[in-house]
Amino acid sequence: MKLKIPGVPSPAQLRRYTPGQPLVEGPVLIGVAPSSKLRDPLCQILEGAGVTVREESSRPERWPAIIFDATGISDVGGLGALHAFVAPAFRNLRPSGRLIVFGTLPEEGSRPEHAAAQRALDGFVRSAGKEARLGSTANLIYVGPGAEAGLESTLRFFLSGRSAYVSGQVVRLSPAKAMPTSDWAHPLRDRVGVVTGAARGIGAAIADTLSRDGAQVVVLDMPAQGAALAEVANRVGGTAFQVDITAKDAPSRLATYLKDRHGAIDVFVHNAGITRDRSLVNMPAEQWASVLAVNLDAQLRINQALLDQDVLRPGARVICISSTSGIAGNRGQTNYAASKAGIIGMVQAFAPAMAERDMTINAVAPGFIETAMTKAMPLATREIGRRINSLSQGGLPVDVAETVAWLGQPGTAGINGQVIRVCGQSILGA
Amino acid sequence: MADLRRAAIVGGNRIPFARANGPYARASNQDMLTAALDGLVARFGLQNARLGEVAAGAVLKHSRDFNLTREAVLGARLSPWTPAYDVQQACGTGLETTIHVANKIALGQIENGIAAGVDTASDAPIAVNEDLRRVLLQMNRAKSVPQRLALLRKLRPTQVVPETPRNAEPRTGMSMGEHAAITAREWGITREEQDEFAVASHRNLAAAWKRGFFDDLVTPYLGLQKDQTMRPDASMESLARLKPVFGKDGTATMTAGNSTPLSDGASAVLLSTAEWAKERRLPILAHLVDAETAAVDYVHGGEGLLMAPAYAVPRLLERNHLSLQDFDFYEVHEAFASTVLGTLKAWEDPKYCQDRLGLSKPLGSIERTRLNVNGSSLAAGHPFAATGGRIVATLAKLLAQKGSGRGLISICAAGGQGVVAILEAA
Repeated sequence: MKLKIPGVPSPAQLRRYTPGQPLVEGPVLIGVAPSSKLRDPLCQILEGAGVTVREESSRPERWPAIIFDATGISDVGGLGALHAFVAPAFRNLRPSGRLIVFGTLPEEGSRPEHAAAQRALDGFVRSAGKEARLGSTANLIYVGPGAEAGLESTLRFFLSGRSAYVSGQVVRLSPAKAMPTSDWAHPLRDRVGVVTGAARGIGAAIADTLSRDGAQVVVLDMPAQGAALAEVANRVGGTAFQVDITAKDAPSRLATYLKDRHGAIDVFVHNAGITRDRSLVNMPAEQWASVLAVNLDAQLRINQALLDQDVLRPGARVICISSTSGIAGNRGQTNYAASKAGIIGMVQAFAPAMAERDMTINAVAPGFIETAMTKAMPLATREIGRRINSLSQGGLPVDVAETVAWLGQPGTAGINGQVIRVCGQSILGA
Repeated sequence: MADLRRAAIVGGNRIPFARANGPYARASNQDMLTAALDGLVARFGLQNARLGEVAAGAVLKHSRDFNLTREAVLGARLSPWTPAYDVQQACGTGLETTIHVANKIALGQIENGIAAGVDTASDAPIAVNEDLRRVLLQMNRAKSVPQRLALLRKLRPTQVVPETPRNAEPRTGMSMGEHAAITAREWGITREEQDEFAVASHRNLAAAWKRGFFDDLVTPYLGLQKDQTMRPDASMESLARLKPVFGKDGTATMTAGNSTPLSDGASAVLLSTAEWAKERRLPILAHLVDAETAAVDYVHGGEGLLMAPAYAVPRLLERNHLSLQDFDFYEVHEAFASTVLGTLKAWEDPKYCQDRLGLSKPLGSIERTRLNVNGSSLAAGHPFAATGGRIVATLAKLLAQKGSGRGLISICAAGGQGVVAILEAA
C-alpha cells in the first residue's frame, strides 16, 4: 500500500517499457554546443529508430526528450550554450521526459579549463534531475574518443521507458568492439543469460526481462528455493539449476554445467544476495560471515571460474548487483554494505581483464525497490525510503532488470567497470 | 524391426517425500505428479516440448483419476500434444513405467519419454459402501418412480459406513507387514540386523542430502525441502525403544523403525535416445540395459509375498551373462529392512538357490558397502508408485558420478511381484 500524505504530492506514474512501445512519443529536441561531434551519429540513430528530430524550439512544444551534445564545450564560457538551450525547453518536458546530456571524458582534457567545463556537466545534470518533475529524468553520458560506434544501445536505453527509475547517473562510454544489434525488440536474441537468486524478487524480474529481450535463460537459486525457481524457469522457457553458490565446489560445478549444457554463455547476472541486519556492536560473527560469503565471496569465486574455465563467450557481459547501501552505507548493515561496496571494488578490478577479452563487467546498485524485503520494513522507514529520491517513489524490480538487460546487450560494449544506480536519484550515496 | 538402441537416462526429478497426513495432506496425486513433471521440465528446459509419451501411475487411485497421467500432462508445462497413459503394478509401478518407456525408445517407437509415479496415503480414495453402491446402481437402472421408491426402502443405516482402502492382500487378508514378518522369521532375521540396516539407510540418505547429491534430483514442494521421514540422528538405541508392530508376540522383530512409513510423493525420470539428448546438450547419466519381472505364488506356493525379486534377479543375470557380484551399486527397495535382508540371505543359501531358483550354485553375497549407498525407502519414505523413479534417478546419478560400472535395481511389490533392472554408466 502506498501512503498518501496530506500536502505531499502523489508520485508520478512512470512510463515503463512494454514490448512494441515506441522509443519516445513525439519529436525529440536536440541541441549542439559549438564544435561538438555527436550531432550526426545521434541524429542517425534517432532517425533509424523512427524518431523525428527537431533542432530548434520554434514554437512551444512538449518534448518527450531533450538531448544536448556538450562534447564541444571546452571552457567555462562555453557552458553558457548548455544553459541557453536547456533552460527554456526544460519546462516543456512531458511527464516521464528525458534530459540526456553528452560530454567528453573529463580526464581526456589536456587543459584544466576543459576538464572543469566537462566536469561541470555532472553537477548540472544531477541538479536538473532534482528539479525535473512528473517522472522526468536527467542523465549524463561521457563519450570517449572513438566510442561513437557504441552509442546506440545506451541512447536507446536512456530515451526509452526502460530507464524509468534511472536518474542523475553519469555513464562513461569508451571505445570497444560493439556487436551490431539487428532486432531492437529482442536485443538479446540468441544469447544465453544466467541469473543467480532468480527464484523471486529482482532476480525473477531479471530472468523475465532477459527472456523478453530474446535471451535463453538459466536461473539459479538455493535448492530450498527450488519450487519458486522451477516456476520462473518454466515461465521464461529456461532451465533451473539448484545450487548453493557458497558451496566449495559450486563455481566449478556451475562452470561445468554451463559448458555442458550451453557450450558457453553471454550474460551472467550476480543477483543472489542476503541481508542479516544488526547494529555493528550486536553483529555476531556468523551473520557477518554469511552475508559476505553469499554477496561477495561467491561472486568472486564464480567470476574466476567463469574466466578460468572459458565459460564466457567473446562479447560476454557480467553484471553484479550492488546496492546504494554499498555506496552510502546504511545503519544496521555493516555486513551488507561491506559486501555491496566490495562488489564495486571487484567490478573495477576485473574490468581490464574483461576488456582484453572484449567483455565487460559492471555493477548495478538498486536503491529503494518495492520487494518482499522492503514490504517487511517498518512503515515510517519504508515511506521515507520511498520518498527521498527525485522521483518521490520506490522503484520496481523490473527497473533494475531493465538496467541489467541494457548492460547485457551485445551493443553495450563501451561501458566497463562502472556502477549504475537504479534509485530514482536517491539522496543517499549521491 | 528396427535395431535396438539402449535408452538413455537423462535425469530425474521428484518432490521430497512427506509423511502421510503431513505437508502434502491436501495435495492430490494429480497435484504431486504435475509438480514432479514441472520440476523435470524446468530442469531440462522441456517447456512445450512434445515428448514421445509420459507413463506414470499410482497405487492408491481415485476412480475420477482414470486418466491420471494424461491429466497431469495437461496441467504441466509439457506440450499438451504429449500422449500419456497410466500403469499400475503396485510398488513396482515406477520401475515398470521406466521399462515401458525405455523399451519403446529401444524399439525406435519413440525418441524420448518420461516415466513417473505418484502416491498419496493421505488423500486416499474412500469408496461408497458396497451394499449402498448396489442399491444406487439399481436405482439408476430403474425406469419408474414406484420402482425407485421400492429400492429406497432397501436403504439401511449400516450402508453409510464407507469402504476404506486396506493395506492388506485381498487373497490372504493379511497386511504386507504380517506377510513380511513370516518371511523374516523363516530367514531368522534378527531385530538387531533390521535396526542396523534402518540406521544405515537414514545415515546414508542424510549424508547424501548434506553433500548436495539431491540438488539436481529433487525440487521442493509445498514448503517441504527434504524427505520428511529422514532421521539423520537415528541410532540403534532410538530404534530399540520401538515396539514391534508386525508378527507374533515374543518372536516379533518388525517395528515402525525398520518398516517403511506411509508416505506421499511423486517422482519422474526423463529417458531418451542418445542422439536426442546430445542434440539438446542434455546429460546422459546411464543406460537402461535390461529388466525382468517375476511373480511368486504366495497364496498356495509357500513363498513369501515379497520374495519375487529373488526369482527375477537370477533370470535377469543369466540373460545378461552376469553374476550377482558384477555390480558397483545395488539398489534394493527397502519395503521392510527384513525384506532386503531376507532376499540377500536367500541368494546366499545353496539350498534355496537350488530348490527354489533352480540354480546349481548360490548367487552368493554382495559387497554391503555397495548397497543403497544413498539410503532408500526406510529413510526416504515410500510413496508406492514414486519409489521406482526415485531409485532409477538416484542410481543413474551414482553411475554418472563414478563414470563407469553398472547397478542393479530390485523392487518388491504387492501381489507377490518383483521388478528388477540393470543400469549401466553412460
